[in-house]
Amino acid sequence: MTTTAHEQAGTTAAPRGPAGGAAATRNPRRGPRPGRLRRAGLPYLLLLPALILELLVHLVPMVIGAVMSFKELTQFYIRDWGSAPWSGLGNYRVSVDFHAPVGEALLHSFLVTVGFTLLSVGLCWLIGTAAAVFMQDTFRGRGLLRALFLVPYALPVYAAVITWVFMFQHDNGLVNHVLHDQLHLTDKRSFWLIGDNSFYALLTVSVWKGWPFAFLIVMAGLQNIPRELYEAAALDGAGMWQQIRRITLPSLRPVNQVLVLVLFLWTFNDFNTPYVLFGRAAPEAADLISVHIYQASFVTWNFGTGSAMSVLLLLFLLLVTGVYLALTSRGRRTGDV
Amino acid sequence: MSKSPTAPPMASPMASPRSFVWSRRVFLTLLTGFVLVPVYVMVSSSLKPLADVTGRFRWLPSGLTVRPYIDIWSTVPLAKYFVNSLVVAGAATVCSVVIAVFAAYAVSRYAFHGKRVFTVTVLSTQMFPGILFLLPLFLLYVNIGNATGIALFGSRGGLILTYLTFSLPFSIWMLIGYFDSVPRDLDEAALVDGCGPLGALFRVVVPAAIPGIVAVAVYAFMTAWGEVLFASVMTNDTTRTLAVGLQGYSTQNDVYWNQIMAASLVVSVPVVAGFLLLQRYLVAGLTAGAVK
Amino acid sequence: MRSIRAAAVGAVTMSLALAASACGGGSSTGGGDNASPKTLTYWASNQGASIEIDKKVLQPELDKFQKQTGIKVKLEVVPWTDLLNRILTATTSGQGPDVLNIGNSWSASLQATGALLPWDAKNFAKIGGKDRFVESALGSTGAPGKDPAAVPLYSMAYGLYYNKRIFADAGIAKPPATWTELVADGKKIQAKGKQVLGAEGSNVSENIHHVFVFAKQHGAGFYTADGKPDFTNAGAVTAVKQYVDLMAKDKVIPAGDAEYAQNQSVSDFAKGRTAMLLWQSASANLASQGMSADAYGVAPVPVQSGAPGSGTQVNSMVAGINLAVFRNTHNLDGATKFVKFMTSDDEQKILNKAYSCIPSVKSAQSDPAFGTPANTVLKNTLATSSAALPQVADESQFETTVGTAVKELFADAAAGRAVTTDSVKAKLLKAQQQMPAK
Repeated sequence: MTTTAHEQAGTTAAPRGPAGGAAATRNPRRGPRPGRLRRAGLPYLLLLPALILELLVHLVPMVIGAVMSFKELTQFYIRDWGSAPWSGLGNYRVSVDFHAPVGEALLHSFLVTVGFTLLSVGLCWLIGTAAAVFMQDTFRGRGLLRALFLVPYALPVYAAVITWVFMFQHDNGLVNHVLHDQLHLTDKRSFWLIGDNSFYALLTVSVWKGWPFAFLIVMAGLQNIPRELYEAAALDGAGMWQQIRRITLPSLRPVNQVLVLVLFLWTFNDFNTPYVLFGRAAPEAADLISVHIYQASFVTWNFGTGSAMSVLLLLFLLLVTGVYLALTSRGRRTGDV
Repeated sequence: MSKSPTAPPMASPMASPRSFVWSRRVFLTLLTGFVLVPVYVMVSSSLKPLADVTGRFRWLPSGLTVRPYIDIWSTVPLAKYFVNSLVVAGAATVCSVVIAVFAAYAVSRYAFHGKRVFTVTVLSTQMFPGILFLLPLFLLYVNIGNATGIALFGSRGGLILTYLTFSLPFSIWMLIGYFDSVPRDLDEAALVDGCGPLGALFRVVVPAAIPGIVAVAVYAFMTAWGEVLFASVMTNDTTRTLAVGLQGYSTQNDVYWNQIMAASLVVSVPVVAGFLLLQRYLVAGLTAGAVK
Repeated sequence: MRSIRAAAVGAVTMSLALAASACGGGSSTGGGDNASPKTLTYWASNQGASIEIDKKVLQPELDKFQKQTGIKVKLEVVPWTDLLNRILTATTSGQGPDVLNIGNSWSASLQATGALLPWDAKNFAKIGGKDRFVESALGSTGAPGKDPAAVPLYSMAYGLYYNKRIFADAGIAKPPATWTELVADGKKIQAKGKQVLGAEGSNVSENIHHVFVFAKQHGAGFYTADGKPDFTNAGAVTAVKQYVDLMAKDKVIPAGDAEYAQNQSVSDFAKGRTAMLLWQSASANLASQGMSADAYGVAPVPVQSGAPGSGTQVNSMVAGINLAVFRNTHNLDGATKFVKFMTSDDEQKILNKAYSCIPSVKSAQSDPAFGTPANTVLKNTLATSSAALPQVADESQFETTVGTAVKELFADAAAGRAVTTDSVKAKLLKAQQQMPAK
């Protein structure tokens, strides 16, 4: 994820530490210990707060979660989870036995999530990039439009999603009002919050909330493309569309590499959107993995299996991220994160 | 956003062809509609009487009323939740930014062992499913509370800690990029002038990186302001935040849609306004930091 | 350089300082004791129209309790969406309230966690004895053969609420007593352009309550006698199908109700859109939505044939709220006193009136407020023709899996897909296979 930033830091920072000996000798009263020791210690000291907090809130709990996944942590043991019996790989076996209902449901949920994530990320990227490219030139109302486009991203998740719930209602919602009452596209009102359409409802909300982020990042990325490239292309007689294809999109590659990955991880792990949209029992067609795991652990009180599923999910994401970075970094410095 | 005054307007390399202008018009119009409809629904419904929002949808209200905006404060103790959210999101933002500045400075300016491990580890926490560490984190907080007497669970402090780590990885990553773009000669000059490394950080690097820092702060605030899952488990009556508190409008006997919309709007205004005011910084910060 | 270290150390400790300054209680875990005899924390469930209304109802009573005993009760009304999660996390961590409300159907599940104080004879003696409580309500306080995990606080039963005006317009003389009559009446109501029966198709718990009663009426259940899940027996399948068919085949439940989960059906009834509603103790809700008490009547929930009674004539689950003491309480005596207070005749009358419930204590039921025609129906139902949901440890999983199956069947029905015995059976089989293996 850090490819660019890290690359630079890794290669250039070394010889240029600002805590140079000069500073130490100039200020001899600044402490008795030799400067070199302090120099070596300072970066660690600076990192310490971040490190401690990440350990406390992410890494240690994750390890505890991983330990839980090997336990039979049902309602009979949650009061004192240390006493829960070890179940070895039992929870994992249940989770990945795709011929049994639990595994089958998990697989279904996983596939739904993959499909949903690919579509959502694709659409977010497409809309965001198109909007950013179209808005590269100045035109009247551009500033206003840009502010407007960022609103969905800035809205708190709950507020945004609950508005969509209101709009997706079967009897009184705007969506059916428009599709059925006004445009007569459907012969009867459709259900959006239950049944098969719920997938599209979820996708719509996710894209609506997510695309401005892509827009924002691509817009920033466009600022870094040297103007000379366009000018040279224009001299060569390349038209507007060709410029976009030959210069804009290739130049955005490093930006896209990060953007797509971040969008993918956020969308794949998104809990808030489906939870607010559907409540704790999501329709099968929109049974995203995060809600599925939530239900497996919190609603059916089987935290062992829930943890095992989470660990599997984490492994999958690690794998995808690794492969993705390896593939997209080809030609750049490989092995960099 | 782009500060360089020498850059000519984008259109100059060549005039946009007609096809481009037309596709732009169509695309942006459609997109504006897509973006605006929910916003319109939110605003208009918040001004409708209850009968309008529990019956068939109507584009125009049968009558306008500000009643929902008065009622929201008594149906649910919204003011209290508002204060909680402000404290939690505010503190999480400040801490997150300060900590990220330190960490990013270390990574950007120093060579040290374990740098790769650190950045990779911190960033990989982005991919942790929240659901995996919700219960363990909760247990951890309770145990820390039992061992030290520091109440993390159910308190604002615990929530602040949790939220600040949510935004930390992205913030660090963005600031590393931004700090890298601040010329090193600047901090070296400061060192020569007798500043310590921290002096150089605060007097030179931070001021030069303000857009990046604002961008990070906005992101951190938004993350904390809207989070639902952890807040629903880790807060109680006195520490509940807005995102969870808003669910109170779906009560035992009715869904007060007009009040939900009014409250959603009230809750959204601070973040949206802040976000839009600071968006210039955001783009500039991203330009120099994240996407470079 | 000292300033550097100071600043860095400051950053490290900042988080800790923050945490320390932040509010929130926290004391050590362990079994029940009397370490803090002057305070109690009480988690109430949301019974009234809103959380704020609940606070207004309960606070004066808590003040009364403080005056009597000197114990201050810290009240938190927990929304239903959060209550079970909060109890779960409290159980896991040992940090929770001293006294709490639970949905009575959760009793056996929570009992299995060991988080709640068992009500043995000795404890019951402290609150006036087990005999004071209504028998049917006691049937929903934990697994049979074990000491109850909680005591009944508010009791409720399902009734058939009907709109008198719509019934009169449609020429229906008396409320339907059987499902066949209900469907027949439905045709007359639909002829007048009104919806017939409201339901909460996406509310998992409501679904469970109804299919459970239907199963009883078919002489079946969802569990074997020794407490094993048995969701696919013929009676259970017929029961679920009959309930969903009210929408799929009989068309008396409007298709739109399939996505209801937030009591919109009550609202529809209060606004006169639907003619009937199956609900537990709805009067307070209806009143708060502006429906006057003489606009509707309450009749027993229909049966297959004959009159309500026991066995296959059951027409309601034993609905209600139980009051439990958290085992890790630091004020065991105070908690017991508080339970005694809340179940005293006076408080039972006050609170059950406020929430339009039926007292769980026999002696409080004699109050004339519970003798209105509407309340008499509910009281009789509770006493003579109600049955407790399965008192098994995995009841909450049963609610989730079967309730979700019914929700999905409603979604099918609403989308116009056929709901057949096979499709019902398939869903129930899937639900059963997702139950924890024992």
